[in-house]
Amino acid sequence: MFSGFMANTWIVATVVAAVAGVVGFFVVIRGSSFAAHALPLGAFPGAAAASLLGVNAIFGLVVFSAVGAIGIGQLSKRGKRDVATALILVVLLGLGALFLSMTSEYAPEIYSLLFGEVLGIAKDEVGPIIGLGVVAVLAIGLLYRPLMLSSISPELGEVQGISTSKMELCFLLVVALVTAMALPVVGALLVFSLMVGPPAAARAFTNRPQVAIVLSAAVALVTVWASIAISYESNWPVGFFVGGFGAGSYFIGRGWTWLSRAYATRADTAVELEHAA
Amino acid sequence: MVDALLRSVFEPGLFSSGPVHTAAIIGGIAAVVSGVVGTFTVMRGQSFAGHALSDVSAAGGSASFLLGISPLLGFVGMAGIAAGGMEMIGVQRARGRDLATGIVLGAGLGLAALLLYFDATFTSTTGAAITVLFGSMFAISSSTIPLVVAFSLVALGMILVVYRPLILSSVSTELAQVRGVRVRLTESIHLLTLALAVALSAMTIGAILSTALLIGPGAAALRVAHRPAWAIFSAALIGLGTTWGGILLAYDSYYWSSDHRGWPVSFFVVSLIFIAYLVSGRVGARSTHRAPKPLAIEEISSSPTQSTRS
Repeated sequence: MFSGFMANTWIVATVVAAVAGVVGFFVVIRGSSFAAHALPLGAFPGAAAASLLGVNAIFGLVVFSAVGAIGIGQLSKRGKRDVATALILVVLLGLGALFLSMTSEYAPEIYSLLFGEVLGIAKDEVGPIIGLGVVAVLAIGLLYRPLMLSSISPELGEVQGISTSKMELCFLLVVALVTAMALPVVGALLVFSLMVGPPAAARAFTNRPQVAIVLSAAVALVTVWASIAISYESNWPVGFFVGGFGAGSYFIGRGWTWLSRAYATRADTAVELEHAA
Repeated sequence: MVDALLRSVFEPGLFSSGPVHTAAIIGGIAAVVSGVVGTFTVMRGQSFAGHALSDVSAAGGSASFLLGISPLLGFVGMAGIAAGGMEMIGVQRARGRDLATGIVLGAGLGLAALLLYFDATFTSTTGAAITVLFGSMFAISSSTIPLVVAFSLVALGMILVVYRPLILSSVSTELAQVRGVRVRLTESIHLLTLALAVALSAMTIGAILSTALLIGPGAAALRVAHRPAWAIFSAALIGLGTTWGGILLAYDSYYWSSDHRGWPVSFFVVSLIFIAYLVSGRVGARSTHRAPKPLAIEEISSSPTQSTRS
């Protein structure tokens, strides 16, 4: 499991999980799950386009996810955000259907683009993926204050001169970056699971944003490591475990919220009873 | 001359081709049902749920390959389970709806990954992932037509039963509650109808077109029409037009290049829908000068129940 050819996988998966966990925190507080799902799925035809042109797949993924982010940002200026996301997604997938009909891509290759491939990380992909990850985290670091403000209260942000639509576009572009780097590892359909499950769980455990971001990255790391290990042993697709653990961590978070609330009310009643006595 | 023009639009053999007939019928039915249900979905801001249900129902499709049951059962069953899951963890509340949908979708896609893997391992149908996602309108068996018609009638009937309360609760939950509408029940029925419509179209025309036909026509119609009934009718019409137009173009594209490699029908349908949405924005912006009233308020204020209250 830790032999030479798996080293690339472990390095890349670790970077992907940490970045997805950090960016995912903002996906959850902004309610952008749909965009976080649409960008990876819409970017996946980019790989087909890249193979059609004979360039590196990552390049195709970056271009397609960036086009998707800009498209969603532009369309939602004049119309509903969820409608804009859905339409951009289907347009990109429609293009994908066209490209796929032109290439002679094997079905297993498409399957691994959709659902992830643990063993498929080539040596020349490690560099670009780490580079994209660093850029994404730097962007979040630079945007941290305005992004947080505009996510929690767009009105307050506007008062302080932060344009909501510009912030939205910047954020979508960061999600697009994460998409392009994570897609070859965990697959188009499961990138977003990593960006939604772990941060949702983290939010249930703490109210402090910085702590939640770190916790979210940690949960994402555990999810990915465990998924790869079990996938390696069982030979089942890594996407299944990522999706399952993502949902599982959400429910653990929900359970924790419920428990702590139940405990709080019981403590309150106990105090009241004491006072009454 | 007109004859020559017609012949260049409708390439030879279009009207006598069996697969084209089946595609036109099933695609048309799916377009109409999606247009009607989708108008409500867009009004209620549940596009994500609509798309998620189509993706998750695809997992049911791959399960049916594996179990050897009817695909329709797999698609509808899984969409029903997913809708139930979303309902349980709170898709109806605006807060947290996005997250609840995302969690169900993530779990469903994980399951799809596993089932497709089993399909590939045990039944050596490696193309299942592509068939399920992209669909293939020209490969539908004509024997599915009766079943599709039956399920579509059920979906349309359910919409008809909850039509008024659903419109009310889509425009304003508070208003609906004041009028004594059982909002929760109405919304659950809408979600169930959505699951049915989406499963039906995902099975026949693929997950991409399912989302495109659900959201695109409804969103375009709502930008030009100012009454719900008119919007629903236009959505069905736009859906039908774009689907048939897409089939026609896909059929024609076979003759465009010398090597006779047709372009996929989903590409054309999606492009037409996107164009319709962009055009509707222009038309809608112009017509608001004449009819500034927002959608549905007009309909509600002119309804007979209003007069009993005032």
